[in-house]
Amino acid sequence: MNKNDHIIEVRDLVKRFGSFTANDHLNFTVSKGEIFGFLGANGAGKTTAIKILSGLSKPTSGVAIVAGFDVAKYPNKVKKNIGYMSQHFSLYDDMTVKENFRFYGGIFGLSRKSIREKTEYYLEKLKMQNFRNMLLKQIPLGWKQKLAFSVANIHEPAVVFLDEPTGGVDPITRRQFWELIYDSADKGTTVFVTTHYMDEAEYCERVSIMSEGRIEAIGSPGKLKEEFGVNTMDEVFVQIARTPLDPPIGGTDRGNSFKKQVN
Amino acid sequence: MWAFIKKEFFHIFRDYRSMVILFGMPIVQVLLFGFAITNEINDAQIAILDHSKDVVTRELTQKIVSSNYFLLVENLESNNQIEAEFKKGDIKQVVIFESGFARKLEKEGKASIQLLLDASEPNTANMLNAYTTGIINTYSMQKMINSNAVPLSIQVDSKMLFNPELKSVYMFVPGVITVLLMLVSAMMTSISITREKELGTMEALLVSPLKPIQIIIGKVTPYVLLSFINLVVILLLAKFVFLMPIRGSLVLLLAECLLFIVMALALGILISTISKTQQQAMMMSMFALMLPTILLSGFIFPIENMPLILQYISHLMPPKWFIIIIKNIMLKGVGISYFWKETLIIAFMTVFFIGMSVKKFKIRLE
Ligand SMILES: Nc1ncnc2c1ncn2[C@@H]1O[C@H](COP(=O)(O)OP(=O)(O)O)[C@@H](O)[C@H]1O
Ligand SMILES: [Mg+2]
Repeated sequence: MNKNDHIIEVRDLVKRFGSFTANDHLNFTVSKGEIFGFLGANGAGKTTAIKILSGLSKPTSGVAIVAGFDVAKYPNKVKKNIGYMSQHFSLYDDMTVKENFRFYGGIFGLSRKSIREKTEYYLEKLKMQNFRNMLLKQIPLGWKQKLAFSVANIHEPAVVFLDEPTGGVDPITRRQFWELIYDSADKGTTVFVTTHYMDEAEYCERVSIMSEGRIEAIGSPGKLKEEFGVNTMDEVFVQIARTPLDPPIGGTDRGNSFKKQVN
Repeated sequence: MWAFIKKEFFHIFRDYRSMVILFGMPIVQVLLFGFAITNEINDAQIAILDHSKDVVTRELTQKIVSSNYFLLVENLESNNQIEAEFKKGDIKQVVIFESGFARKLEKEGKASIQLLLDASEPNTANMLNAYTTGIINTYSMQKMINSNAVPLSIQVDSKMLFNPELKSVYMFVPGVITVLLMLVSAMMTSISITREKELGTMEALLVSPLKPIQIIIGKVTPYVLLSFINLVVILLLAKFVFLMPIRGSLVLLLAECLLFIVMALALGILISTISKTQQQAMMMSMFALMLPTILLSGFIFPIENMPLILQYISHLMPPKWFIIIIKNIMLKGVGISYFWKETLIIAFMTVFFIGMSVKKFKIRLE
C-alpha cells in the first residue's frame, strides 16, 4: 500500500471532451477506510471523475492512483481491488436476487461455495431472505439499491465507488443504506460516494464539493461549515454553487481559499 | 465465462421479444416455405409407357397405382406421345419401363426405369419422384427376399422437365437461412448489448476483471448456438419436409454458415457500438440489415432485373454473396473452388466489421 495510507491519490487530473473540460485539475487524496463524499450539482463532473478512478475511462492528463496502482497504466490491477455501483442501476432486472449474486460473484472469480455464503450473509443482513428467488424487477428501488451495494462488495474490494447510490430513494431506505456504508467502512473498506443530497454529506468523514469541473472545497463537514460560517452543509453548498454566478463580489481570491485543504 | 453464458440465456428466455423472435422463426420458416408449396400429394395424374409389358412391369404398375398417390390416366404406346401428354398439363409424371424388363432383371440382375417429371412445380415433382422411387425400391427389396438373395437392382433414372434447376421453392431455402441467421445473429446481439448499455450493467461488467474480449465472447456465444440450432432446423425442414436435396458437402455448408454467423455477429456488435438505445439498435438492424437482406440480396427479386445503381449497392450486401455460396453447395453440389471468391469477400467483410467495432469500442473508452 501507499505511504500515508492514501488509497486514492489524484494529482492534476484533467478530462476533456473535445473543448469542454469536465474535470479541471482535480487534486485530492482519500485515506484508507475513509468515507469520502464527492459532492456537486448535476453536471459538475462527478461521474466523469469516478469513471476515471475505476478505470472505465482514461484521463486526458494527470495521475490517479487507486489501491496502489496508476489507473491509466494498470486498469486491470485496479479493477481487482475495487467495487463499483454505477449511477444507473447495475443489477439485471430479469434475473432473481440469487442469480445476480451468482453472476457477479462468478465474474469476480469467487468460488461457488463462497458465493453461496456471501449471498446468505447479505440477504440476512438486509433481512431479504424471502426475496431470494424473486426477479429484481419485482423489488422496490430502495431495496434494489441495497442489493446492488452488496453485490458491489461481494469480492471484498479495498475501495467501493458509489455513484449517486441513493438517487430517487425514500429517506428511510436512504438511512438504512448509509448503515450499510458504515458497516463496510468499519470492516476497512474505503467508500467513495457521490451524492447531491446535502443531508448525506453530513454522514461522510470528509467531502469535496465540485462545481463546473473544479473542486471548490474539501474537508470534513464540520470544518467546512466553520469555514463558511454556516450551520448546514446545504448552506455551504449553496454558497459554492452561487460563486461562479456573481464573480464581482468577493472575486477570485475567494475561489482560491476554498481550494485550501481544511482538513 | 460459463456464468456469463448462462446469464445471457436467462435474458433470452425471460424476454418476450427474444422469445418471439426465436419461436416466431419456425413459423416464419414454414410460412415462407409454404408460399409456393403444395405438399399434399393425392391422385397425381400419371401416365405409363411400358415397353416390356411383362409380369414384373405389371406388378410394379399395380403397386404404383394402388398406392393412392397416383392416378393412372393413360397407357402410352410410344415415346412420341410423351411430349403431347405433358403439354396438356394434367400429367405430372410419366413412368417408362425399358423393353425386356423382366428378362434383364432375371438374367443380369438389373433393369431400369425412367421417370419423367413436370418440374414446373418443383416441390410436387420432387415428392412424386421420391414416392415413386420409394415404391420401386420396396418392390425390389421384397423380390430380393423372396427370390433368396440374388442381388437385384432396378435403376431409377429421373428427369425433371421444364425446370431442370428446380427454381422458385428451392430459391427460398437459401434466402430463409440468410434472413434468419441475420436476424438472430446481428439483430439479437446488437439489441442485447445495447440493453446492457442502457441499463448501466455494461459499466459494471467493464469494471470487473473480465477483459472486453471475454465480455463480447460471453455475449455472443449464446447467439452463435441459437443461430446454429436454427440453421439445423431449417436444413432438416428443407430436407425432410420439403425434400430439398443437399447435394454438396454438409461440412462445407456448415462452415460457410458459421463464417456468415460470425460476420453477422460482428455487424451486430458494430451496430451496438453506434446506437445508444435498444430501440435504435432494433431500427438500425431492421433498416440497415433486414430490408437489404430481403430486398437486395436476390432472395426475392432477381438482381439482374434491378436498376444498375441497386445492382452496385447489392455488391456491398454480404447476404448476396452468401446466398450464392449456399445455392452452389445445396443445389449444384459444387466445392469451394467454385465460390472461394465469394467466401473471401465475406471473410474480408467480417474482418472489416470486427476492426471497425474494436475501433469504436476503444473510442468509447477514451
Ligand atoms: N462522453 C461525454 N462526452 C461529452 N461530454 C460529456 C461526456 N460525459 C460527460 N460529459 C459532460 O461532462 C459534464 C459532467 O458530467 P458528469 O460527470 O456526468 O456530471 P455529474 O455526474 O456530476 O452529474 C456534463 O456537462 C456532461 O454533459
Ligand atoms: Mg453523475
